[in-house]
Amino acid sequence: MRIEKIAKNLILKNGTIIDPHHGKTISGDVWVQDGKIAAVGDVVAPKDAETIDCSGKVITHGFCDVHVHFREPGREDKETLQTGSRSAMAGGFTRVCVMPNTNPPLDTPESINFIREKAEECPIHIHPIGAVTKSQDGNDLTEMGLMHKEGAVAFSDDGLPIQDGAMMRIALEYATLMDIPVINHAEDKCLRAEGVMHEGIVSNHLGLPGNPDLAESAMVHRDLELAEFTGARLHVPHVSSGKAVSHIREMKAKNKKVTAEVTPHHLFFNDEALTSFNTNLKVAPPIRTESDRKALIEAVKDGTIDCIATDHAPHTIEDKETTFDLASFGMIGLESCFGVVNKVLVGDEGLALKDILGMLTSKPRGIMGFDPNLFAAGKEAEITVLDPDLEWTFGKEHVHSRSINSPYYGEKLKGKIELTISRGQIAIQ
Amino acid sequence: MMLRQRHLLGLEGYPAEDIQTIIDTAFKFREVLDRPIKKVPSLQGVTIVNLFFENSTRTRISFELAQKRLSADTVNFSVSSSSLKKGESFKDTAQNIEAMKIDAVVMRHPTPGAPKHLTEFIDSVVINAGDGTHEHPTQAILDMMSLHEKFGKLKGLKIGILGDIAHSRVALSNIYGLLIMGAEVTLCGPPNLIPPFIKDLGVNVNTNVDEVIEWADALNVLRIQRERMGLGLIPSIREYRAMFGITQERLDHHKKEIVIMHPGPMNRGVEIDGTVADGDQAIILNQVLNGVASRMAILYLLCGGKSSEEDES
Repeated sequence: MRIEKIAKNLILKNGTIIDPHHGKTISGDVWVQDGKIAAVGDVVAPKDAETIDCSGKVITHGFCDVHVHFREPGREDKETLQTGSRSAMAGGFTRVCVMPNTNPPLDTPESINFIREKAEECPIHIHPIGAVTKSQDGNDLTEMGLMHKEGAVAFSDDGLPIQDGAMMRIALEYATLMDIPVINHAEDKCLRAEGVMHEGIVSNHLGLPGNPDLAESAMVHRDLELAEFTGARLHVPHVSSGKAVSHIREMKAKNKKVTAEVTPHHLFFNDEALTSFNTNLKVAPPIRTESDRKALIEAVKDGTIDCIATDHAPHTIEDKETTFDLASFGMIGLESCFGVVNKVLVGDEGLALKDILGMLTSKPRGIMGFDPNLFAAGKEAEITVLDPDLEWTFGKEHVHSRSINSPYYGEKLKGKIELTISRGQIAIQ
Repeated sequence: MMLRQRHLLGLEGYPAEDIQTIIDTAFKFREVLDRPIKKVPSLQGVTIVNLFFENSTRTRISFELAQKRLSADTVNFSVSSSSLKKGESFKDTAQNIEAMKIDAVVMRHPTPGAPKHLTEFIDSVVINAGDGTHEHPTQAILDMMSLHEKFGKLKGLKIGILGDIAHSRVALSNIYGLLIMGAEVTLCGPPNLIPPFIKDLGVNVNTNVDEVIEWADALNVLRIQRERMGLGLIPSIREYRAMFGITQERLDHHKKEIVIMHPGPMNRGVEIDGTVADGDQAIILNQVLNGVASRMAILYLLCGGKSSEEDES
């Protein structure tokens, strides 16, 4: 992959243009001038414009991931905002929200400002999510108002569940001031205990300590009730269990301020994959049963789940090349995302490509309050060009993250990113 | 007796006419306070105990001064010098004090409802000088008197109350009193410090302080208690100041006539800027003076037993 500056006038020709915001397919070309959308559809471009042939490809909005870990500051050996940006562009992403579980955590307006300033130098848009509690200790509310003024787009103690229900209530109440989402990693710490994988027959077979689905569903249920009580916006991250899906479905019927995301890996794998003891499959919340996976797919189909988010979580080789109990939780996911979800949801399940693209673009943008109408003239060009039908085998050569902890090596994926245009630059695979 | 209720426990359900009577009487005592000799014999021979189970400086001094201006005999009883520490019950303490032949008790207590309990144990007049996070009726009366002084009326006034509503007896008594007198009330502050059901009292809630400033005729700025910090309720002083502080900059930005009140003691630079507190829009020191006049009126009306006309000289 190479990233270079785009031409003053760039024409993407002969592709199928899908505008997920309006849910329609447009015929024609896309003209980008000075990094902005000049025209979409019927294009009369200057003669000297650079042209890229997109025959057989889909031209759509740049993807947006509301849940990534870029590890800066503190663990630059795992990822930085720069290396994470390359990883994102390789996966078709032009905009991401970074979680605050850095070292030190993003728990002050100053640290939010640090990310905003550093992000200015990156080829994609990076938005910080601020911590809910100081030091993410679950006890003491952060300066949410000042952090929001500095650019925090949501609040989360991600990775660290807010165990104390009263604290979660206070956080939700306070967040109504800004009307931006609170995201709680929903796993009851006491029920999760020392579990390293889903508690079920497979964990029994393997002798690994289990983490029951109700560790998630109980806390999701609590959070949903608190969201309704406080009127705050709640975004449920990485839903993994059928039980949690049921609670979200029921509450979304009456509360429009609840949103939810699912990761590609919870849609792709089930817990039987862990019989390999592959530590790259050790994630939180854990990969669950086939029936949970099917419930997640149903939730995507009926709109209970709003968007796809990778939970891109880079770790060093040392963190993963160890015994299962000691390995860190998390996998990288930006580069493999589209190939995985397109294979499962469009290939296997028959969903429409434009709906899946919506879950990668306009839906997550809507949750975070980003402008979803990207194909209007004058908008900054955030464009992804992809081949939806290409079948390919994922390999280490496709990874641009600083870390390589992916479980997809050797997996056959469907649909591949070709080009990503963001902030006046183009990433070419 | 000029008032319908024998005690002043709170303003919830208090008759509007009686609030008006207190305010009218208070204005008469305000004149007394402006005289060179600020003393009248109205409560000569009346004995009042100031029973304080919680620290207080200004409320106690205000009551003491009011009692002295009315020529009452007063005794102060505070918890540090009490028998409670020796294990005596609340009931025994109250009944022992009353056995010494007194006429009225002014009580502050950390527990909501304590003054009500006191009326069950003793026959004297009970005046609530603040019961926990419940009511502080004399503060609300002096606030309403100060608003009346400024605007000539209470009906139809738009009053914002800003700060830690959930833990404020000043807020609750003001809400009851102002609504009874026909004013409109909007509460403002951090959403986690505004009780979710308080709208049912008939107030508005708006957490945007700038919108409340635009709306209000007067803003009652509550003290932010530092002990609330560190409990996860208020993230920091600078955050509070940025989101809710009545700063000079914020008021200048609005270019609007608005009366600023504060029940004291103030945290200058936290909930209110020093320049605002000392500025032309503030009536904070007037509130303090009106506090003495209001308490004189309340004591007189509850313990005097004569009409104000009889005693006007």
